[in-house]
Amino acid sequence: MTKTQPETTTAPVLEITGLTRQFGGLRAVADFHERLAPNELVGLIGPNGAGKTTVFNLVSGFYQPSSGAIKVNGVDTKGLKPHRITALGVARTFQNIRLWNELTVLDNIRVARHGKLGYGFFHAVTRSRTYHEREHEIEREARELLEVFQLDRHADELPKNLPYGTQRRLEIARALAGKPKLLLLDEPAAGLNSVDIQELIRLVRWIHTHFDVTIWMIEHHMDVMMELCQRIKVIDFGETIAAGTPEEIRNHPAVISAYLGDDKI
Amino acid sequence: MQRYSAPLLLVIAGALLVYGAKAEWLSLYVLSVLMFMGVNVILATSLNLVNGSMGEFSCGHAGFMCVGAYTASILGVLLFSGHKSFGEAWLPAELAVWGFPLLILAGGVTAALAGLAVAIPSYRTRGDYLAIITLAANYIILSVVENLDIIGGSRGFMGMKKIVNGMEETLEVPWLPLWVFVFTVFTVWLLRRYLSSTYGKGVMAICQDEVAAEIMSVNTDRIKTVTFMLSSGLAGIAGGLFAFILGYVNPGSFNILKSTEVLVMVYLGGMGSLSGAVLAAIFFTLLLESFRFVIPWLNTLVHQLSLVPESYEVSQVWKWVLIPLLLIIVMQFRPEGIMGNRELGDLFPKLKRFYRFK
Ligand SMILES: Nc1ncnc2c1ncn2[C@@H]1O[C@H](COP(=O)(O)OP(=O)(O)OP(=O)(O)O)[C@@H](O)[C@H]1O
Ligand SMILES: [Mg+2]
Repeated sequence: MTKTQPETTTAPVLEITGLTRQFGGLRAVADFHERLAPNELVGLIGPNGAGKTTVFNLVSGFYQPSSGAIKVNGVDTKGLKPHRITALGVARTFQNIRLWNELTVLDNIRVARHGKLGYGFFHAVTRSRTYHEREHEIEREARELLEVFQLDRHADELPKNLPYGTQRRLEIARALAGKPKLLLLDEPAAGLNSVDIQELIRLVRWIHTHFDVTIWMIEHHMDVMMELCQRIKVIDFGETIAAGTPEEIRNHPAVISAYLGDDKI
Repeated sequence: MQRYSAPLLLVIAGALLVYGAKAEWLSLYVLSVLMFMGVNVILATSLNLVNGSMGEFSCGHAGFMCVGAYTASILGVLLFSGHKSFGEAWLPAELAVWGFPLLILAGGVTAALAGLAVAIPSYRTRGDYLAIITLAANYIILSVVENLDIIGGSRGFMGMKKIVNGMEETLEVPWLPLWVFVFTVFTVWLLRRYLSSTYGKGVMAICQDEVAAEIMSVNTDRIKTVTFMLSSGLAGIAGGLFAFILGYVNPGSFNILKSTEVLVMVYLGGMGSLSGAVLAAIFFTLLLESFRFVIPWLNTLVHQLSLVPESYEVSQVWKWVLIPLLLIIVMQFRPEGIMGNRELGDLFPKLKRFYRFK
């Protein structure tokens, strides 16, 4: 790093330029731009099928862009496998919870440390000193994380036996296990009741202040977004139609027509 | 207590085996059944790693067994006993006592490399494709061996009995049963260690949700390769032992029926259950053995009733009927197998207080 470059603290965690993804004839994401600075909490909204999840899938490397570039902490992620992108500091949750249901809650957290395991096959089967040291630390950190998320009493249970809200919380905890710089939350409030939603708002805010992490979230519950996000971007049919503070977005004519349907058509 | 009970028990079992064989209260027949049991345990637990724990479908396990069997046999004959196509033995026969485990391990390594060659093209494919690729690999391996005249082609390869006899002359110990026992324990222990580490739990994560695994930082290609190589390597070890137990090998022993046998054991035991695979292998060996007694009787019966032509021998076909039938019956009536995906320790939590085997 040379001195002439901008200060590392303001260098973007994520920089997306001209991102487009085509599925056959469908442009799910069209010319999308975004720049997330460290510690921002930003929202992405849009009607059903707008392309929000596709943006997250492109960032996490699950899909390859048709064109455009994605940089995570300054590294171009073109052609990288998802686990390599995760290693660059990106973690995410899924719109439909994707926990490993036959692994215990504790193991769900532990396996999410794979990218920073620090040992491999031979250490695992010889039970070397490195293995014991690393496993010890991984277990300690995993238990700490569970405690922080008030999941410690479920440590030995299977995720599928937990209430829905608890599964959501576990999925967020799992995403944080690898100490990411960027956390993508895809509709974390989906399927939650109003009490759980209030708890989720507190949780996200708490994560944002206590973990050194940038949060980018998709959510249909506008009250959640209004309460949490510093700024919000709106997409519809893959196109960005508005961007601004929650206040600006709430009253934006394009947003209102996208959500309520356009009278002119 | 908990820590030492399992090793202690194993040492006692090993000692009993050696003593029983020397004192001849374990007959040669009983010993051979025990040895096939060990080989089957290795085969079932190693295939269970891929089919049960990782949730892929490999069905050419006998192919890797074949690679291991021929590698260990050829190497053994080359080094310790000499052969008409290779000439004199390179090393004195007395050294076989020490060299034997290395022969078996060499078979394992070669089989693991064959596994690597199969694993790489399977990255891009999913589900049923691995089944087709492994099936094809099984056939390719057999045809290669069948067409190599220098190692006997389809007639098979011999000379291993001499090595085993040589070992027992050098030092009067029932070497073969002992080594089968050691490698069987080694296999189960290795798999147990692998699967209980955070690294190895990536295997289960892949089985349950591969996309989530990859996105949560698991290098799925790497884990699949390592797992597949481990599985085929262990099959190679089983193959090596199998070759030395029989004293000769021919490609026919490693055909698709053998692969199916291993599949039956895995599905019988329960997908993803290591202890289930061990139990199923033991049960399956005893079952097949008991059929050996029934078959001659059945043969006479069907001939007396003139149900089949004169030339027809039940003993040659019964396996082809029984084993696939067993697979169908298991699938129909207990698709989760004996143990489901649980381990002995999960079924009997109190057992955990008494043993630890990692
Ligand atoms: N793998 C795919 N193949 C084909 N089309 C796809 C694929 N993934 C997404 N799409 C399409 O892309 C469009 C955007 O989908 P996406 O899931 O990103 O929407 P979304 O904004 O997340 O919607 P929702 O709010 O319902 O989650 C949809 O029309 C969808 O059908
Ligand atoms: Mg979506």
